[in-house]
Amino acid sequence: MGKQAIERIVEKYGSDHADVLEMLIDIQEKEHYLSRETLQYLSERLAVPLTRLYHMATFYEALSLKRRGRHQIHVCMGTACHVRGAARILEQLERCLSIKSGEVTPDLQFGLATVNCVGTCALGPVVSVDGEYHGHMSASKVERMLKRYSETEANGVAVCQK
Amino acid sequence: MVHLVIDGKGFQAEEGQNVLEVALENGIEIPHLCYHEQLSPYGGCRLCLVEITRGARTFLSTSCTYPCLEGLVVRTDTPDVLRARRLVLELLMPLAPEAPRLQALARQMGVTETRFASDEEVDDCIRCGLCIRACAELVGAEAITFSGRGERRKVEPPFGEEALNCIGCGACVFLCPTGCLHMEDQDGVRTLDKWKRTLSLKACASCGRRYLPFAQIEFARQKGEDPPAEGWFEFCPDCR
Ligand code: SF4
Ligand code: SF4
Ligand code: FES
Ligand code: FES
Repeated sequence: MGKQAIERIVEKYGSDHADVLEMLIDIQEKEHYLSRETLQYLSERLAVPLTRLYHMATFYEALSLKRRGRHQIHVCMGTACHVRGAARILEQLERCLSIKSGEVTPDLQFGLATVNCVGTCALGPVVSVDGEYHGHMSASKVERMLKRYSETEANGVAVCQK
Repeated sequence: MVHLVIDGKGFQAEEGQNVLEVALENGIEIPHLCYHEQLSPYGGCRLCLVEITRGARTFLSTSCTYPCLEGLVVRTDTPDVLRARRLVLELLMPLAPEAPRLQALARQMGVTETRFASDEEVDDCIRCGLCIRACAELVGAEAITFSGRGERRKVEPPFGEEALNCIGCGACVFLCPTGCLHMEDQDGVRTLDKWKRTLSLKACASCGRRYLPFAQIEFARQKGEDPPAEGWFEFCPDCR
């Protein structure tokens, strides 16, 4: 992210270092990750030690040092979802997107990760995309779900490359 | 001033003091690994558990994080306390099985084996945070931090790379309760392995021994509240 874009976010919070977590969340939403340069710039700009920013960036689930997809998919691997076949759903997602859990597609459209119980076990197995929950998932529903979010599908590019 | 009772004896304490501090000041020993009187309490090791009665309620709490309040009744040695403390030690042991201080505590408390094992590679760090607080609060260098959370939590410099803010003062090494941090001087270079830090040492103008990191001198000049007199660092402590 360019200095100016960061600067706009910093100024939105009145350059107050007490709001640095909000700033990080805003940057994460725009960039889908926090780059080292971003953290270093913020550290100098707000006189907040880099250690503290690094701590936050690695502590909160909402923040990430690794690039995430524009659409972030979370597959619940909690016990309830696991026994109902979450592993097969994850496999199908990995196959469709040709990435492993923890990675992003080369066009940065989709990111894939696992979580442990999102608290809606009755709906399991659960997959969330951009915070939207898809309950009662199955491997065969994966493709349709991906198409709903796909930006390239409209151009006739299929998501699944089986 | 507030009044509290610890193990049947009455004590006075300043408001804002924590229970552990008052107990230690009065010669009542409570095992503790992450507390240091010059650093903010953190409640990380959970060893300093005591039983506290406040009004009608009795409960266990870490004494280093519990403030002295009027009328508090504290017991440091009830069967519940001892059992809970032994459990805490059992949980800590697998993280640093070789650490002499933990082994000594285990002997004292009669813990002969632990029911737990560490899934992670053992790095002898119990995540007590003393090193981080010493570096931030005593030294002011802010070179290291906790990262991650849950079982992935560990101590490291930003991005897990060389701790560029580390001045090689050794405070963290000195305070670490498990001895998992190491500092070594060799051929004019000081190395702190865990922080991936190497620092060049300045030579004493008299005996020639290379004794102090340049970074520490620079830090004292820039940040020290009363910077040392000109020429102070020319000689090592032995030759001064
Ligand atoms: S040796 Fe480095 S990391 Fe340790 S307290 Fe000193 S400055 Fe901080
Ligand atoms: S390195 Fe030592 S002082 Fe630092 S958290 Fe680990 S055990 Fe505590
Ligand atoms: S296990 Fe998936 S929501 Fe609880
Ligand atoms: S000394 Fe109180 S929790 Fe560690």
